[in-house]
Amino acid sequence: MSTLKELARDIKGSMGIFDGKDESLYGLLAEFRHPGALLEAARSVREAGYKRFDTHTPFPVHGMDRAMGLGNSIVGWITVGGGIAGMSLGVWLQWWTSAVDYPINISGKPFFAIEPSIPVIFELTILLSALSAVIGMLALNGLPRLYNPLFYSDRFRRATDDGFFLHIAASDRRFDLEATGKLLRDLGATYVETIRDSGTVDAEA
Amino acid sequence: MSTETHHTSAVHPLDDPPLFGRDLSFHEVTELVAGHTEKKTPTAWFGAFALANAGLLLLFAMIAYLFWNGTGVWGLNNPVGWGFAIVNFVFWVGIGHAGTLISAILFLFRQQWRTAINRSAEAMTIFAVMCALIFPGIHVGRVWVAYWMLPIPNQMEMWPQFKSPLLWDVFAVSTYFTVSLVFWYIGMVPDLATMRDRATTGLRRKVLGALSLGWTGANRHWRNYEKTYLLLAALATPLVLSVHSVVSFDFAVSIVPGWHTTIFPPYFVAGAIFSGFAMVVTLLVISRRIYHLENIITIGHLEKMNIIILLTGTMVGFAYITEFFIAWYSGSKYEQYAFLNRAFGPYAWAYWTMMFCNLIFPQFFWFKKLRRSIPFMFVVSITTNIGMWFERFVITVVSLHRDYLPSSWDYYTPTWVDILTFVGSFGLFFTLFLLFLRFAPMVAIAEVKYVMPKADPHFYEGHGDGHAGEAAPELAKATTHTS
Repeated sequence: MSTLKELARDIKGSMGIFDGKDESLYGLLAEFRHPGALLEAARSVREAGYKRFDTHTPFPVHGMDRAMGLGNSIVGWITVGGGIAGMSLGVWLQWWTSAVDYPINISGKPFFAIEPSIPVIFELTILLSALSAVIGMLALNGLPRLYNPLFYSDRFRRATDDGFFLHIAASDRRFDLEATGKLLRDLGATYVETIRDSGTVDAEA
Repeated sequence: MSTETHHTSAVHPLDDPPLFGRDLSFHEVTELVAGHTEKKTPTAWFGAFALANAGLLLLFAMIAYLFWNGTGVWGLNNPVGWGFAIVNFVFWVGIGHAGTLISAILFLFRQQWRTAINRSAEAMTIFAVMCALIFPGIHVGRVWVAYWMLPIPNQMEMWPQFKSPLLWDVFAVSTYFTVSLVFWYIGMVPDLATMRDRATTGLRRKVLGALSLGWTGANRHWRNYEKTYLLLAALATPLVLSVHSVVSFDFAVSIVPGWHTTIFPPYFVAGAIFSGFAMVVTLLVISRRIYHLENIITIGHLEKMNIIILLTGTMVGFAYITEFFIAWYSGSKYEQYAFLNRAFGPYAWAYWTMMFCNLIFPQFFWFKKLRRSIPFMFVVSITTNIGMWFERFVITVVSLHRDYLPSSWDYYTPTWVDILTFVGSFGLFFTLFLLFLRFAPMVAIAEVKYVMPKADPHFYEGHGDGHAGEAAPELAKATTHTS
């Protein structure tokens, strides 16, 4: 695999987009009884050396980022970039339109001054910061992503209600259908199922 | 039940009072909120919707009549160039402010009780700002060139006048609308996914599937999502404070006596929060009852809002008195006359309506019994919005009708078109709000779950008394594995 492909694979992985190993195997989905058990399980899975896994919960679980070994989100830097762009746009727009492109003398006031320009600069800063935060967040998350093999699992629907799931992708280097399944059950999973990209699910209680 | 309460206090050592009426399970929260969008539409909803639609049609008819005839159909006259349209604009923008305050500022202050009410308050913000945007839009006279307000290259090679507060307003309110809409929608994505996963019909699943963007509750997503939500809250906070400040600049930057005051920005912001919270109380008192959400939107939540109404109402009242003091202290006879004319001139009735509704009535909320009484808070929430509408009327119309030149003094009376357009704007507001109640999750499901004690993973760490119950064996396994 070339480094570029490797990089693309890692970036997609950071978005939670894992390619299937082959047509028939996408990964294992385990359900845990509550956030505490899931947090422990995620920590153990990471300590066991897995990298391509994710937890799915109805609400963000406190401490899960650390348990999964994820760093701080970079969406803040994208927002700062958007803010600087918005501020520059605000300055440039007001200066160029009223002092360069079509200067009009009104009551002898300066064509461009910083004081009356503050409100528009401020609003554009906020506008572009907010939009870049949202667009940046969606980009970092790989959303919208309307197709997801996990949706084949009926049980997975509870991930947005009261289910606490851990998904280990088959493309993880350590993945082994037998051994990984056993690990998940040992960690206290109440239910483990195999997710196939073709749409069928093998459920084992 | 009693052991549950015991554990709640064990997790929260500060002995916070419980946020919700009773200890709900995660599934019960989903069921309570999402269930309402899935049930058969209640007949009462159709009744209310028909009424709101009649109002909306009235608004459209009035706007059409205005466009056909021109602004002459309004009661505007020579000194009073700003009448109902501006009063209504400021009124509606102000109402919107409570939503952002609840969703952004209370979020930054970690006020967890906001989770029960933030979604509906944000919806209220968006719909109120839509109502607000209509009024300056139709006030421009030649509506077909309303786009001149925006810096769009045109055949005249001219640009908007960026030194005008009216243009700042265009930027402030449109930014506010955009950011509020994005904030609301992004906050709703996890809940739309919840509804998608409960959907029973194919169409519903497809529509909700598209709207929820493929959300799976992945922690890799929550990580960026939570940061974004925090950033949006941090951006919306100065934004909401700026919006009503900029609205107040429309007045304060001019030289009209009664308008040209430096107190306007904070005074307008306090008034906006005051009226907005009153509107939230009005709406929630009704909708929590209809939708049986008394366990999620508790009397405690309403009481907290009433405390904010009391606080901001007192601030507004203080500003009214300060204005009088400054008018006297300025030594400017025009300023002094403007304020004496407000209190004792031809519009004294409007002034005293404002004073009673805004300064006097909220003071009853000093009594705990009254601020926890649903009928009483409902009445005060209505009088507050009447008072706040009259505040904008007093500021706009009463200042203009007698300024420097006595020869041009006049009395402003609204026409039937003015009044019906305002009534119609409530039709627009309630049409949108009823659609929201019917089709969207009116409580932030994921956020409510997140602030429940059992959402904290440490809740399950054994207290040595087997509280973890049926979950205990699994937990025991997990811990043995790691150790």
